[in-house]
Amino acid sequence: MKKLSLNKLNDLFAAIAEKQALYLPVDNQVGQAEFRAWENGVEMSRALNTTRSAKDFFFPQTENMMEFKVEGKKIELIDTRKETEDFVVFGVRACDARSFTILDKVFLADPVDTFYANRRAHGTIVTLACTRPTETCFCTSFGIDPANPEGDVAAWMTETDLYLKALTEKGTALLESIADLLVDSDEQAVDAQKKATGEIMAKLPLQNLPLDAFKPEKMLEFFDSPKWKTLSESCLGCGTCTFVCPTCQCYDIKDFDTGHGIKRFRCWDSCMYSDFTKMAHGNSRLSQVERFRQRFMHKLVYFPANNNGEFGCVGCGRCLAKCPISMNIVKVAKTLGGEQK
Amino acid sequence: MQKVIEARAAELLNNGTVDRVLGWKAGDFLYDVTPAVFHNAEELADGFVYNDFCGANLSKYLIKEAKKEGKVLVFLKPCDTYSFNQLLKEHRIPRDNVYVIGVECYGKLDIEKIKAKGIDGITGVRIDGSNAVVNTIYGEQIINKWDAVPERCVNCKSKKHVAYDELIGADGEVEQTGRFDMVEKLENMTPDERFAFWRGELSRCIRCNACRNACPACTCEKCVFDNDDLGTANKAASTSFEENMFHIIRAFHVAGRCTDCGECSRVCPQNIPLHLLNRKFIKDINELYGDFQAGEDTETRGPLTNFRMDDCEPNIVYERGGKA
Repeated sequence: MKKLSLNKLNDLFAAIAEKQALYLPVDNQVGQAEFRAWENGVEMSRALNTTRSAKDFFFPQTENMMEFKVEGKKIELIDTRKETEDFVVFGVRACDARSFTILDKVFLADPVDTFYANRRAHGTIVTLACTRPTETCFCTSFGIDPANPEGDVAAWMTETDLYLKALTEKGTALLESIADLLVDSDEQAVDAQKKATGEIMAKLPLQNLPLDAFKPEKMLEFFDSPKWKTLSESCLGCGTCTFVCPTCQCYDIKDFDTGHGIKRFRCWDSCMYSDFTKMAHGNSRLSQVERFRQRFMHKLVYFPANNNGEFGCVGCGRCLAKCPISMNIVKVAKTLGGEQK
Repeated sequence: MQKVIEARAAELLNNGTVDRVLGWKAGDFLYDVTPAVFHNAEELADGFVYNDFCGANLSKYLIKEAKKEGKVLVFLKPCDTYSFNQLLKEHRIPRDNVYVIGVECYGKLDIEKIKAKGIDGITGVRIDGSNAVVNTIYGEQIINKWDAVPERCVNCKSKKHVAYDELIGADGEVEQTGRFDMVEKLENMTPDERFAFWRGELSRCIRCNACRNACPACTCEKCVFDNDDLGTANKAASTSFEENMFHIIRAFHVAGRCTDCGECSRVCPQNIPLHLLNRKFIKDINELYGDFQAGEDTETRGPLTNFRMDDCEPNIVYERGGKA
């Protein structure tokens, strides 16, 4: 365990940013936190979390994949990828840190998504333990400890100090590169913080979601449940939940004719949208009931069925805070999952 | 209020006046209420709620609900009744299939505004005189009530119901508030400053379409931005300016029909003040064609869908100079 006095926090950021790009949560003009590049004078947000998740670093909302030039019967394929620079993301919360391992299961499984893998290889994640979780937090339902986050480096901030612990090779390398600023420390203050945060978590209202029921063998039973109709009844069909979600990973790939050639890009897609899964024959999900069901079946049933029981949700609470009609995965899980045994 | 409303809903269901009720269902907290349809008294007893957070404008749901068999009861705040009227005018809702109960309103609460005060772990909120008392797992916090009220209620345009079958509570008057103050500020900026303001605000857009989907004036069966068969499907903008254009085009499309209900800004996850675009149109219409409030009635022809000899000419743009 390493330690740094908080009045040297700016020096730490400067030392990291000298060698590679550094991103951290910053309050924007309406007071919501978003990840931004650090430069001298930029102050880290005190917010519990960012409005957008941290998935953008590895899976951006839009990205160009390749270009084509057509001349007569010849098609030239141009790889437009550029060398990705090394970067550090500071202040990722435990929920978002777990979302990366969920995204890895999708993008790093065979066939590997080289766009994602490339960014993952160049990014170092410094997580920051939560000390003031809020009522919409339910990460503990998914076995996440907000006071003891994953990542390349885990950090704990007390009133006076920042404590840092490398958890991976990348993390060790990062801490070595800033070793002059750090001193060795025991874990006493961190242990006290973990205990205090644990006590707060126990008081929060959404800690025991009834998730036991969502077993793969009950897939059809859930799929056919008449409750989807009422649950989805007032869904507006917007993409807010999917776009603020740290684990939603569906995308669309499209070609765009620039007049000088073809650009192939991909962009986030949303199962809530009417053209999602539209194929040559038409669309298999004609109404919002089916689209809504898809989102929650994916997170609560299909994903765990294919990934040793791991759910496609990290309990960050963004959809609870942002859905225009306050429908969310907690309400769905409670309605379908019954009482926790 | 909740008890009166629930009892009346049950009564109208039981005596057969209506077949279902469009209201709100309680959630895990005080504030996460969800619009829901109730079919009988048992369903009402199982979660019907009416509180200070029931702010969503339910009139848009009527497009779908009123097409179903039977009659639907809906609860509308004064501002919602303007949207309702406008939808009637556009023949989007069959009036006979709806039973409207107007509910008096002195301003709703906005959980995002409360949280923006740095209050978290919220377990309850109640209004006590001029204060909002917020209970949290970290203890009680007291803030000024107006710091918990959304902008659209601070600048309430009307406490008068313009359409209803019956009222619960008192009817009010059209309000004179400062809802055009910020528009005026923007008008007084230089074009470059104004451009920078909107580029800054709209740069946060994540294109979730919540503004469009919640908007009671956005009722196209298939939005041009969703139409895969046209070249206009705009799933990814090629430049950030193209992204900005989505909002500007949408504001043009609802101009003269937007009642200033404020749903666009309420639902925006990025807190973009989208209502300011619409209010600019409303202010311009008032100045160029005479005072006009969309949804005030169901008959008057809107200034942009009407022709009069004294209509302003396109050269007004030049006459007004940089303020246009």
